[in-house]
Amino acid sequence: MATEFIARGQDLELKGIRKEFPGFVAVDNLDLKIPAGEFFALLGPSGCGKTTTLRMIAGLESPSKGEILLGGKDIAGMKPHERPVNTVFQNYALFPHMNVLENVAFGIRQRKLTEPLPKAEKALAMVELEHLAQRRPQQLSGGQQQRVALARALVNRPSLLLLDEPLGALDLKLRRQMQIELKAIQMEVGLTFLHVTHDQEEAMDMADTVAVMNQGHIEQLGAPEVLYDRPKTAFVAKFLGQSNMFIGKVTETNSETTSIEYKGKKITGLTKRSEKVTGVIAIGVRPEKTNFHETEPVSDPGLNILGPGEITDIRFTGVSNQYQIDIPAIGVMTVFAQNVGRSPVVELGAQVYVSWKIEHSFGLSDLPSGVEEDK
Amino acid sequence: MTRFSLGKYLLPTYVFLTFLFLMVPIGYTFVYSFNDSIKSNIIWRGFTLDNWLNVCDQADVCGAFGNSLLVAVTATTVSTVLGTMIAIALVRYRFKFRSATNLLLFLPLATPEVVMGAGLAAQFLDFGWTKGLTTVIIAHVMFTLSFVVVTVKARVATLDPALEEAGRDLYASPMQVFWKITFPLLLPGILSAAMLAFALSFDDFIITQFNSGSVDTFPKFVYTAAARGIPPEANVVGSFVFIVAIAIVIAVQVRSAMKKRKLLSK
Repeated sequence: MATEFIARGQDLELKGIRKEFPGFVAVDNLDLKIPAGEFFALLGPSGCGKTTTLRMIAGLESPSKGEILLGGKDIAGMKPHERPVNTVFQNYALFPHMNVLENVAFGIRQRKLTEPLPKAEKALAMVELEHLAQRRPQQLSGGQQQRVALARALVNRPSLLLLDEPLGALDLKLRRQMQIELKAIQMEVGLTFLHVTHDQEEAMDMADTVAVMNQGHIEQLGAPEVLYDRPKTAFVAKFLGQSNMFIGKVTETNSETTSIEYKGKKITGLTKRSEKVTGVIAIGVRPEKTNFHETEPVSDPGLNILGPGEITDIRFTGVSNQYQIDIPAIGVMTVFAQNVGRSPVVELGAQVYVSWKIEHSFGLSDLPSGVEEDK
Repeated sequence: MTRFSLGKYLLPTYVFLTFLFLMVPIGYTFVYSFNDSIKSNIIWRGFTLDNWLNVCDQADVCGAFGNSLLVAVTATTVSTVLGTMIAIALVRYRFKFRSATNLLLFLPLATPEVVMGAGLAAQFLDFGWTKGLTTVIIAHVMFTLSFVVVTVKARVATLDPALEEAGRDLYASPMQVFWKITFPLLLPGILSAAMLAFALSFDDFIITQFNSGSVDTFPKFVYTAAARGIPPEANVVGSFVFIVAIAIVIAVQVRSAMKKRKLLSK
């Protein structure tokens, strides 16, 4: 059945898209290119403009300015029903007055294609719901409705499939399962998927490329690993997980390393992993890249060492422990240690040193708000 | 425990008496539709089916009934179509004078019928229109429209706009979206609005009295006839309307109960 839906995805390109609503700008000068067949995620907090962007691509909103190119053709002026784009809506939006099969066949019937019902049945089989074809949507569970919505969109073999927080209404366990299924279906059909979500785990887990959106523009775009390992802005660093941040004036920089002074301590990162190497900059490190030691480690130019500090909180999360370490004159740091059974046994109140390799530091282009700055 | 058992008997008795009180006039009307009356239909003179079988012998009754039907059907159709469109516009679109329109629509609900009837009559006089069926229909459209808008609006408000967007997304033009998605989903609301409009129009007396001229509708006929004795044929028509109304209500109830059972059994 997979051959029914094979690779007809097309490139999507947004050029200088702007959307104004009375009183505010939802999307500002957005440029984006999604290659055919890619699973692309638009990630951001609510109100960042990601859903507006998706609705403009679907044709449900019209951009105030800019071009929307699908396979090189500008579709910005086309009505939603004229665009080869289909959407899986946030709350599925299944038609309550039709049964599941009729819902799935709707698009095919609208386009007056042959064999709407057999095609709909095939699409239902793909999401493993052919046995529920005669039911009404309201008789299905959330996960089943989600799959019907997916089948209803996929059956049309759109050049581009838009997913608007499609897993938001599901519980955690079902969401994980649907993530895996969705990714498998995308691989199978080879369509271009544009997935909008505020769940960073979901975006990182499924997408080939993630664009992090904030206040109507894209902060950073790249593969999930890259975004996580090397965030360029404070917003991206914070949105994709936790980090320890240090803000200070650059004291030395060369082609290899760049250091700042933070409350009398030197914190070093690699120059190629820094967005900015002059003035006051922020250097961060992910908590799982840091280690703690009960005795002071031997000084090493390849290591940042802070401490000693007191362990003020230990949280057991299953695969890892999360430690809060309060270092006098430095502040509180977070350290994640894997629960592999050989991590040092420490207790609340123990005095420890924290270290990390300088190549794990990342230098941001802007300064995070809410972090104390060392002037 | 005494209080409990008192409530146990008192409440049903009270409810029964209330219903009895409400039903007596209807029962009276129904029973006296079989009265073998001569001139006035006040004293029981014996059972007959003649009134039911030859209801149109009393020419005025059937004519008035026909007029009432014509007015009610026409007014209901017009006000349901207009009212549905107004309701959708008021819920879905933001436009100038939207809140003013909302307010104006409530005015006919609040205005005493006598005032509205007289006002309309003055208006028609002003225009130099002859009073007749047309003016009655216009008047009825006017006062039923608000009820239709209020009823349909409640239904539109619960309709998820995402459903219409999904239709547009699935290759349906705006017109197709309306007929395939919006309309079927609004239909229960539209039907109840139409039924309400029909009932209001059919038994309206005051506004009709002001605007009908020499044309008789059924309520007007009964009112006039009451002065010299209502013919039993009027009882027949009244009973008939009541039976039809009850039959519709029962049919709707049975249908929805069957639907519910069907949904549960799956």
